[in-house]
Amino acid sequence: MSVEQPPFDSPEIRRLTPVIGPGHTFGSVTDKISSIVLTRPTSLGWYIGFLIAFSLMGVMTVAIGWLVIKGVGIWGINIPIGWGFAIVNFVWWIGIGHAGTLISAILFLLNQKWRTSINRFAEAMTLFAVACAGIFPLIHTGRPWMAFYMFPYPSTMGLWPQFRSPLIWDVFAVSTYGTVSLMFWFVGLIPDLATLRDRAVKKPLKIIYGMLSMGWRGSARHWHRYQSAYLLLAGLATPLVLSVHTVVSFDFAIAIVPGWHTTIFPPYFVAGAIYSGFAMVLTIAIPLRKVYGLEDFITMRHLDNMAKVMLATGLIVAYGYFFEFFMSSYSGNKFDVFLVQQRLHGPYAPFYFALILCNILTPQLLWSYKMRHNVTVLFIMSIVVNIGMWLERFVIVVISLTRDFVPSAWGRYSPTFWDWATFIGTIGMFVTLLFLFVRVLPAISIAEMRELVAETSEEKK
Amino acid sequence: MQHRSHIYGVMGEFGTPEELLHAVEKVREAGYRRFDAFAPFPVEGLSEALGLKRNLVPAITLLGGLAGGVGGFFFQYWAMAITYPLNIGGRPLNSWPAFIPVTFELTILGASLAAVFGMLALNKLPQPNHPVFNVHRFTHASSDRFFVCIESKDRKFDLAECARLLQEVHAHHITEVALD
Repeated sequence: MSVEQPPFDSPEIRRLTPVIGPGHTFGSVTDKISSIVLTRPTSLGWYIGFLIAFSLMGVMTVAIGWLVIKGVGIWGINIPIGWGFAIVNFVWWIGIGHAGTLISAILFLLNQKWRTSINRFAEAMTLFAVACAGIFPLIHTGRPWMAFYMFPYPSTMGLWPQFRSPLIWDVFAVSTYGTVSLMFWFVGLIPDLATLRDRAVKKPLKIIYGMLSMGWRGSARHWHRYQSAYLLLAGLATPLVLSVHTVVSFDFAIAIVPGWHTTIFPPYFVAGAIYSGFAMVLTIAIPLRKVYGLEDFITMRHLDNMAKVMLATGLIVAYGYFFEFFMSSYSGNKFDVFLVQQRLHGPYAPFYFALILCNILTPQLLWSYKMRHNVTVLFIMSIVVNIGMWLERFVIVVISLTRDFVPSAWGRYSPTFWDWATFIGTIGMFVTLLFLFVRVLPAISIAEMRELVAETSEEKK
Repeated sequence: MQHRSHIYGVMGEFGTPEELLHAVEKVREAGYRRFDAFAPFPVEGLSEALGLKRNLVPAITLLGGLAGGVGGFFFQYWAMAITYPLNIGGRPLNSWPAFIPVTFELTILGASLAAVFGMLALNKLPQPNHPVFNVHRFTHASSDRFFVCIESKDRKFDLAECARLLQEVHAHHITEVALD
């Protein structure tokens, strides 16, 4: 087996940096992961963290409530900058949501064993990020209670959505992505819910986990079909995850606005999505393993691999920035050339330079083995990349819209208090959901960890 | 020869996946067909040992994908070109390239829904209760133990004979499984 393996995954390397700590058995992984949910008392830190996150979520509720009462005028959007924070945040969140399915599906198909201990919470993160993302276009419509117009339902007016519009493609892409991610996550959870059902002591917990596990009993005949379904879902989710950010980039690329109308958008949006997604997985994984003592399961090898994926996708993004710049200059199209100059010298130039600093320059530190193995550096880096990717969407949306074709259509944009409140509020919602998730569901797939134990014990023989 | 048994079957417990595989092979060699193995994770080679053939999940997934894709495309065609045609600067009503993204998404959606619900339906889940849960130690089937259960519906089923066979393959805790 080790013969076909490339040298960077040699047995020697695997021994030095294992994907699971030594000495674990089927029982010990089950105990350790299920105890976080079932037996460990809820710590004071959890309550404090949850309270802060939940308060921020309350800020979101107030911000959206005020929006519904007053309308989108409370935001900084204007004509010509109709998109503003809502779309910046939408693209940012949906991008973050890409890592979960990438880890679960693509790394599963590529048989990358290190994905096992991070896929569950990465998938959860995907779902929560998609939920946050979904809020923005919804409330940006101004009349969110009319949002059902975007779905093809037989109305008495005989009216259908305009299927030629990228915005309708987006509705289909994001809702399909949300649905498939939810199913993928839930199918993965079924055996673990059965474990929790069998290990729970309190009657209500037994009933709740029992209902959720649907009577899973680990029958070999069930596993047989389960594995087929899981593999197929992975195969289906792989093109899906690539298509979603492609469709999101069509929202821009199909329009003729300078800086948006480029063919490089789909691949570079997808790379950027994976980049920010892995950054967010690191942002969550590092505190999670620390707080719950999961260093045996989320090892340095995982952090190192994720840092490498970040570096690689970061370089693709850098390539995208370069060619965006080059093609505009080389095309000789005066509007495109002007837009590039606006990025460098216009009123929003500091954002552009901050973006280059966060997304291209800082991550170059990850070339160093030492940096990749320094948990603090990785944590800070992951936050820097998240900020950088948010700035990228800000630069794309705002600079292009403020510098259109005719000077009479130029404008300025600055977010208001309510813009910030909504954005920070969704971060609160995201963190709230994560806190609830680690408390009530196994953050690491127990069944897959047992499989990993079985495989690694075979390797040693 | 039709005698209804009062028990569901006989169950034996194993400590490792290797023991389970060995036991399953032996039980199958002995001529039993209505029996099942239970494991806390998908054990490699178990499906083959049980003689399970290819399952229907891939075919159902294909059908779901086709239904989503074909249905999705022609629905858009019908909505945009037939029932509510909008003439925009004389552009063709059947602007099929613009229908591809939604067609693609609906293909994936149809296939995924079919894969998940097809798998659950074929496994007859959700099923709130099952006789195997009557065995006290079966709670370990979802953590660290492996089980084989020979069902009383098997033509060859004989309580003493099955128990002896399970003993032969070194099963621990051989128990009768009550029907309810």
